[in-house]
Amino acid sequence: MLKILKYSFYDLMRSRWSYVYFGFYLLLGFVLLFLNNDVSKAVITLMNIIIVLTPLIGTIFGVMYYYNSKEFTELLLAQPIQRSHIIRGQYVGVSLSLTLSLVLGLGIPFVLYGLFMSAAIFDFGLLLVVGAFLNFIFVALSYNIALSTENKIKGFGYAILMWLMLAVIYDGLFMISLLLFNEYPLDTFSLAATMFNPIDLSRILILLQLDISALLGYTGAVFKKFFGTSFGMLSSLLVLVLWVWLPLLRMNWKLKKKDF
Amino acid sequence: MIEIKDLHKSFGKLTVLDGLDLSIKKGGIFAVLGPNGSGKTTLIKTLLGMVIPNSGSIALHGQDILGKHQYRNHLNYLPQIANFPPNLTVSELIKMVKNLRPKAANEKGLISLFGLEDFLSKKLGNLSGGTKQKVNIVLTFMFDSELIILDEPTTGLDPISLIHLKQLIQQEKAQGKTILITTHIMSFVDEIADEIVFLLDGKIYFKGSIEVLKKETGHKDLEAAIAQLISKQYA
Amino acid sequence: MKKLCILIGLLACIPAVFAKQIVVCQTCEVSTVKEAIAMAEDGDEVRVQKGWYRENSIVIDKSISLIGEEGAVIDGEQAAGILIFETDHFTIKGLKIINVGVSYTVDHAAIKVVRAKDFTIEDCVLENVFFGILIEKSARGRIRRNNISGQGTTEAGSGNGVHIWHSTGMEVSANELFHMRDGIYFEFVDDSEVFHNLSYQNLRYGLHFMFSNRDIYHHNEFRNNGSGVAVMFSKYISMYENKFMNNWGAASYGLLLKEIYDAEIYRNVFSKNTVAIKGEGCTRIQYTHNTFLRNGWAIKIAGACYTNIFEKNDFMHNYLDMSYYRKVNDNRFNNNYWSEYSGYDLDKDGLGDVPYRPVKLFSYLVNKTPESLVLLRSLFVDILNFSEKVSPVFTPDNLMDKNPLMQRIND
Repeated sequence: MLKILKYSFYDLMRSRWSYVYFGFYLLLGFVLLFLNNDVSKAVITLMNIIIVLTPLIGTIFGVMYYYNSKEFTELLLAQPIQRSHIIRGQYVGVSLSLTLSLVLGLGIPFVLYGLFMSAAIFDFGLLLVVGAFLNFIFVALSYNIALSTENKIKGFGYAILMWLMLAVIYDGLFMISLLLFNEYPLDTFSLAATMFNPIDLSRILILLQLDISALLGYTGAVFKKFFGTSFGMLSSLLVLVLWVWLPLLRMNWKLKKKDF
Repeated sequence: MIEIKDLHKSFGKLTVLDGLDLSIKKGGIFAVLGPNGSGKTTLIKTLLGMVIPNSGSIALHGQDILGKHQYRNHLNYLPQIANFPPNLTVSELIKMVKNLRPKAANEKGLISLFGLEDFLSKKLGNLSGGTKQKVNIVLTFMFDSELIILDEPTTGLDPISLIHLKQLIQQEKAQGKTILITTHIMSFVDEIADEIVFLLDGKIYFKGSIEVLKKETGHKDLEAAIAQLISKQYA
Repeated sequence: MKKLCILIGLLACIPAVFAKQIVVCQTCEVSTVKEAIAMAEDGDEVRVQKGWYRENSIVIDKSISLIGEEGAVIDGEQAAGILIFETDHFTIKGLKIINVGVSYTVDHAAIKVVRAKDFTIEDCVLENVFFGILIEKSARGRIRRNNISGQGTTEAGSGNGVHIWHSTGMEVSANELFHMRDGIYFEFVDDSEVFHNLSYQNLRYGLHFMFSNRDIYHHNEFRNNGSGVAVMFSKYISMYENKFMNNWGAASYGLLLKEIYDAEIYRNVFSKNTVAIKGEGCTRIQYTHNTFLRNGWAIKIAGACYTNIFEKNDFMHNYLDMSYYRKVNDNRFNNNYWSEYSGYDLDKDGLGDVPYRPVKLFSYLVNKTPESLVLLRSLFVDILNFSEKVSPVFTPDNLMDKNPLMQRIND
């Protein structure tokens, strides 16, 4: 698996798209810091971008890479390697190269602007960790879709739909149900609904590290209690791990029956 | 060497392999033929473990291979469409495939045979279809394995390379290896194959030497003989 | 005012000619404050020298000066109140008074003043007190440069730092108040001035007005309190150049206005409060040249508010600029700077050419269902706000700043 990972990673690290992605984040980092010159303020703006863009890019890269390397995958399948190792190697390769683009692209400008002397270093670190998680989660989800869909166009469609679902529609339904049931205590419901969407979970996880967390206390004691403690932080991270792990399980299960 | 028993495979409602039995002895060149959709590729992919059959068994040297992967170290496969990671160079790809197989490789002679020296440091994405096919052939023949499976090996090759390919196949045969080929080019089959395996409706419809086939169908020309076999499908 | 000063001067000077000084120390003839007070007559000075005096319930009914030298501490040992002044024209200065008894029935204070006029309380340190300075039915008192702190953990079990009731013409300045219930509390206090105080980490409010009129507070700083300042049932209050900071919490406000009339609020800074200003039943309030920086809500208006005018304020990076529960009525917004304004200024007059609507659909929804705050900063909410901005349906369409500024003005 490590060998496949290595070559997929090499392949992607040399791809034009990795550079475009890396360049985009680099530019974004510099522009943000140039515009307000305040590391901690830039972190908030960055959050908005990371929460939306990382999943989208992860999804598109995931499906694209799977379909584009289909023939090569077949060549690899004829080698004495387990098929799950091949796919998992590719998966880790894609996720890792995307994460590297993210971390370096944003890290370089922030380090140059004196991140290490800023109080925002923890927030920024968390932002990158969450960004990395989102990469791994959404590449895994898109690989699942690609593995289950022979047709490339359909696969792309489903993947984009999945992103749209988690990034926008889910929150819309969430909001509607909050409004519909607003006579009932909604604390626990909101908490659960947040856990079931990795984008929402990441957003809340970052928000809670910012001053604004006090504002969330406004919504109710359960939320404050849960997210205000290190227990909440740890369990949120654990749920993010689950969000990587479950799609990987399904991937394995699917691979056992999959015809190439 | 290869024992296939009662192999079934269907994709949704479409039945592709329908109780196929096949036994192939060690040594010789076998051409797997059949009309489009007869199950040639599925058969080969099942053998390679890429397609998982609904039922049936496949044994190599008496050992069941379904669900396993180590056996693939003892076979070389030339896929139909060569599409490699576009950002790797030719030499990196060769290095990688060598890296993936715990087996000695001899690629140097093959590289010079197909004149690929100048392309070694080029990215695979920038190569022409024919050159990619040459790289594909190098990757297949650089290992010493007793079973070689070639899926449309002649695609995109210039005449000189085609001659080199035929020589390679003959060399391997001379070493007592088993070679399975699928192709649509009958002259190639006529020239090179010892036996023909003809698939129809997911079963083996004919298996035997070219001479027997010609005799049975009453045609002197292989292409006409095959055409007659196929026409029975529509009769 | 001048005449008054001269009068006070004369009153202070004439007896001074005959005044004597009584020194208290633990090895002196007079070894307790109580004894000294008993011996003193109007106009005398009682000097308390370095030492630890364990006394409480000291009643002072003579117009004296009580001066503490460095190291002089009166320890109430948590039994009761400590000094009780029932006289006019007194001064207390430089004393350290600690450990006032906590009671749920009696308001024990370090310094209690009843029906007094023209007095000064300055440079005292009051530690671990229930109430710090408690003043009733008095006039023209000056409370300056005191440092007052308590250790209360519940609102019921703690008192206020400076608590004034039914008084006029008070000055409360340059005090430091912390770990109390309210830092400063005014009830029925008129024509008074509160300035240069620092009030922080108090359980309820940094400063609290009830039924008080014509008061001014300025140049104060309120940090990390339960809420910053509450002004309730009061008229003609002037509030300027104060800082309201870090009043974060589920129900925290920088400034809470409830049933008040004719106030002016200008050149204040509100930074990082859950709600910078919450107004309920406010009428004729002028908000000008204030800075609202990174608050949860900058303005939250509930109930019947009329003729509130917001002009030339800077609204910067607040999560939600504005929230309205009811009708906009005749409240006006004009010439404010909004950091989220995305309009343009083609004629270069410094004013945006399209109006700004500070109420977003999301803040409307949060009003209905607070839990939806969970969706803050999600893409869905951005889309929602954008579509509402393009064609307002739910948000009051007459709530807008027709001439938003392009640059901030209160730097």
